[in-house]
Amino acid sequence: MSKQIQVSGLDAYYGSHKAIEDVSMTIEPRSITAFIGPSGCGKSTFLRTLNRMHEVIPGARVDGKVLLDGEDLYAGTVEPVSVRRMIGMVFQRPNPFPTMSIYENVAAGLRLNGRVSKAQTDAIVEESLKGANLWNEVKDRLNKPGAGLSGGQQQRLCIARAIAVKPQVLLMDEPCSALDPISTLAIEDLMAKLKDEFTIVIVTHNMQQAARVSDRTAFFNLAEQGKPGKVIEMDETSRMFTNPSEKATEDYITGRFG
Amino acid sequence: MTAIQHISTSRRIKDRVVQGLVYLAFALAVVPLVSVLWLVISNGMSRFDVEFLTHSMNGIGARDVGGGAYHAIVGTLEQVLLASVISVPIGLFTAIYLVEYGNNGRLSRAISFFVDVMTGVPSVVAGLFVLAFWILFLGFSYSGWAGALALSILMMPTVVRSAEEMLRLVPVDLREASYALGVPKWRTILRVVLPTAFTGIVTGVMLAVARVAGETAPLLMTVFFTNSINNDPFTGPQMGLPLFVFDQAARPNDTAVDRAWTGALTLILIVMLLNLVARLIAWWRSPARGR
Ligand SMILES: Nc1ncnc2c1ncn2[C@@H]1O[C@H](COP(=O)(O)OP(=O)(O)OP(=O)(O)O)[C@@H](O)[C@H]1O
Ligand SMILES: [Mg+2]
Repeated sequence: MSKQIQVSGLDAYYGSHKAIEDVSMTIEPRSITAFIGPSGCGKSTFLRTLNRMHEVIPGARVDGKVLLDGEDLYAGTVEPVSVRRMIGMVFQRPNPFPTMSIYENVAAGLRLNGRVSKAQTDAIVEESLKGANLWNEVKDRLNKPGAGLSGGQQQRLCIARAIAVKPQVLLMDEPCSALDPISTLAIEDLMAKLKDEFTIVIVTHNMQQAARVSDRTAFFNLAEQGKPGKVIEMDETSRMFTNPSEKATEDYITGRFG
Repeated sequence: MTAIQHISTSRRIKDRVVQGLVYLAFALAVVPLVSVLWLVISNGMSRFDVEFLTHSMNGIGARDVGGGAYHAIVGTLEQVLLASVISVPIGLFTAIYLVEYGNNGRLSRAISFFVDVMTGVPSVVAGLFVLAFWILFLGFSYSGWAGALALSILMMPTVVRSAEEMLRLVPVDLREASYALGVPKWRTILRVVLPTAFTGIVTGVMLAVARVAGETAPLLMTVFFTNSINNDPFTGPQMGLPLFVFDQAARPNDTAVDRAWTGALTLILIVMLLNLVARLIAWWRSPARGR
């Protein structure tokens, strides 16, 4: 249930503005890959090209190849909707559906995509909430609105919602940036658990977090101000944080940046 | 280092003056509203009885007491309902197109422009248009349906504008959350965007209904006029409450003028009742209910 992603020569644009240029990398299955880099260097943009969410923005487009286990996601006949079913996403700000209960939020992906029996849905909802370490906190109030949870709980609800559709890859854009240390730890534990099943990609501004959870790390940066973002270096996380080959990576990681 | 400053006397005075002006403006705005309500209620109560609500004006002589507005109430309800049935779907689809699919392109700007133009169409003109096109040109007869057509012309731009505003208020985050689950766009609109905007859209529709329920001019030219009950909005002249008020108020007898006041009161009550129903629907659908 876990797939490899190979990206080659990828450019992404917002209208005429080129946000990232010539990104190539391999993201291994059953592992956590972290993206780090300064604000505005195109981490979110790149992440969103991986499940064809980039093109949702008016005027945005992508050049290059993204292969999911060898299949090009940007081939002309590929249905973007089916790509997004296989590659789930968790956003920086928790965004549960405000009109839906906790249960409905988790079931949203299943229900919105077609008919599933009640018993099946019940089972998947419970399994996903357990998977997101949220079950014990919400099992008595599944019919209460999802928006009534705390920020950290909402974020875990969004993770439960994302894993309920059983994607092969899970993309997370700064999933902990709005959370307290305890919720952050809960989500990091969760990632460690989920990586047995999913390919996980996480964007983070927190170096310790990248070092703690990820297997491989990619460092993004702008070549210079006003130029598109690039991948400067990508390697095993342990190597990146102890002995990076690029000076810029070392400067960024040690906080001597800019 | 700056010291903590205290509010100066002149600022305090200004604050008081502006506060006073705001209260005054509020009072001035409320005076007409309250006095209209008071007039309508005090004058309308005398004939607000069972006969008024259950009888028509059929066979009521010029100086007779009694009679009622049943035929007009039925007419107004049917005409407004039909007008809503026409204009709400069209208005809603237009708003969905503008917000979700238009991308501010040429077509969506043209539509926006025409909606603005429609907003400015005087109600008489809407009535004249239906009279000229539906009745004189196509040769259909006066009917409640023709009145509903005229009313729907007036309703549509209001529905489009309010629905558009509500749809734009739905955060992009929610749409993206839905897309990221692999939900197609149309389904996202149907299951995520519309339910989120539902309360606001209902309120907007109710405002549009309230606006057209009291229109007299377009009805005058399209439903014509009758004193008897006509339950069928598609054939023959009908009545409407605004027309009833207009007609009774123009008669020289006190009994007729009383009926006009009661007709006005009934109209206000109907609009208020519809609003209440809309609020209930909105409350019943609101996510806060479960909390
Ligand atoms: N919707 C958009 N429209 C136009 N330009 C955009 C849009 N979103 C991002 N950009 C631009 O693309 C570039 C990369 O942005 P992106 O959001 O990918 O950066 P990031 O690395 O995720 O930054 P952060 O760490 O602050 O989240 C920036 O120059 C940004 O201004
Ligand atoms: Mg970002």
